[in-house]
Amino acid sequence: MRLLAILAALVGALFLASLLVGPAGARPGAALRALVAGDGTPLSLVMREIRLPRAVLGAMVGASLGLAGAALQGYLRNPLAEPGLIGVTGAAALGAVLALQTGLAAAAPLALPALALGGAALSTGLVIALAGPRGGSLALILAGIAVSALAGALTSLVLNLSPNPYAAAEIVFWTLGSLSDRSWAHVLVALPFTLAGWALLLGTRRALSALTLGEDAAAAMGVRLPRLRLALVLGTASCVGAATAVAGAIGFAGLVVPHVLRPLVGARPAALLPASMLGGAALVLAADVAVRVVLPGRDLKLGVLMALIGAPVFLHLVWRLRARA
Amino acid sequence: MSALLDVRDLSVRLGGRAVLRGASLRVAPGECVGLLGPNGAGKTTLMRAALGLVPHGGTSSLAALPPLARARRAAWLPQSREVAWPVRVRDLVALGRHPHPGDRGADARAVARALERMALGPLADRDATRLSGGEQARVLLARALAQETPLILADEPVAGLDPAGQIATMALFAALAAEGRAVLVSLHDLGLALRRCTRLALMDGGRIVADGPPREVLTPARLREVFGIRAHLAETADGPVLAPLEAA
Repeated sequence: MRLLAILAALVGALFLASLLVGPAGARPGAALRALVAGDGTPLSLVMREIRLPRAVLGAMVGASLGLAGAALQGYLRNPLAEPGLIGVTGAAALGAVLALQTGLAAAAPLALPALALGGAALSTGLVIALAGPRGGSLALILAGIAVSALAGALTSLVLNLSPNPYAAAEIVFWTLGSLSDRSWAHVLVALPFTLAGWALLLGTRRALSALTLGEDAAAAMGVRLPRLRLALVLGTASCVGAATAVAGAIGFAGLVVPHVLRPLVGARPAALLPASMLGGAALVLAADVAVRVVLPGRDLKLGVLMALIGAPVFLHLVWRLRARA
Repeated sequence: MSALLDVRDLSVRLGGRAVLRGASLRVAPGECVGLLGPNGAGKTTLMRAALGLVPHGGTSSLAALPPLARARRAAWLPQSREVAWPVRVRDLVALGRHPHPGDRGADARAVARALERMALGPLADRDATRLSGGEQARVLLARALAQETPLILADEPVAGLDPAGQIATMALFAALAAEGRAVLVSLHDLGLALRRCTRLALMDGGRIVADGPPREVLTPARLREVFGIRAHLAETADGPVLAPLEAA
């Protein structure tokens, strides 16, 4: 409980920091007054229409990645699982890439997230069909890898056949992942899927704890494994698909956050889920503040910075694990 | 008395091969039933099918129940001792409360009773993945006890334990039976089964070939036919003794 309070305070502080950092360079007091007043001044527009949706998206995306990562690690009983494992990230990215390539993204602002969500939905159906109704966790992983590989190949094909280098560059930059220039429309598109995904994933907490004892013991304690797996796949696809649709592919958060927090919750999966949700939100908000502070003029991509932070953190964890063994 | 487990004509095919062929078995309160048989006789499959964990033909009173109701009737201790995460012993034992959602006070009492009964008090706050094999077996048994079911199904719970651990485990099962609960336990130690079980069911080739009081089931002829061994069987002042001697 205390950990959750600390993490929530951290998310609050970073949310505030995300609101207050940006190229407009207003003083914090003035910026917050403009945000609350909404008096039509340029600063109030910046606060209300640019920074607030960006901060909200950062928290949403991070929470989705942290929660889905913790849930998948719990289900597979493998600390190396991450949300992209079931193929949804790659498929959503493919949908977005198609929207950019066909020009739909330029024609209608929400065509990109819509096509990305479509890709996520399609891949989810495919993974569920491939893994079968009674299949174990191995079938799910293999189906996810197959769908990821297919989506990756098709994305490469689009890049390969791209008529001009500008289109290709645009596609590549989008796939790096970013929260800049997002609007309330993006928040509204992602929100229902995100909330539905959170509800499904948080509902698996007790069953994931029971799985600590293995699939057989959990099933004998009353866990319905096929139903659990369906909730997990649909929940992950829903919130991570929505996150990818509005922010691009952001790696490492879903892998690293549950790792860092696991020892702090006594490794209990049920407690790890809400903690990872808050931890993920904090990490993505922090990274999104950092991209604006580190290289203000260069549009450093969130996904790039996340991987730059994530990989060394991960190496440190591996090092610690090795030292313990 | 009404049975806690009533399995009739249970059959299971795995990968096109009949693993279980029409096995029937009843377990009543007060019984500690030993399930014996060579490797591949179908002991594990019989217990898993009885719980409804594998698709099967025939009927099982447990498999017919909804999952949570079944989990309040019978606890299952699989042979593989899995502990996926480095959770505290206390938290691992508390997982046995899964089928009893809601009452936290009752959960805490059940966990305390299970820890006490398995003498796990000193280990309660230790990491369950960093225990010895014997300690881990006790913790997982405590988890099954915390489920507070009238029936426990245990698959080779004494495998890999030292002699004291084996005797303590079987004595616990006998005590549970004496309290009016029931245990169905598979094991390979025929001597232990002979001394500690109230009844034995002997399996061979997916069928139950003998079912009755321990002394009547474990005859020299059956040891030769089913297990392919010759054994020393004797009645002593300390009760019956069985020691396998050589392959027959």
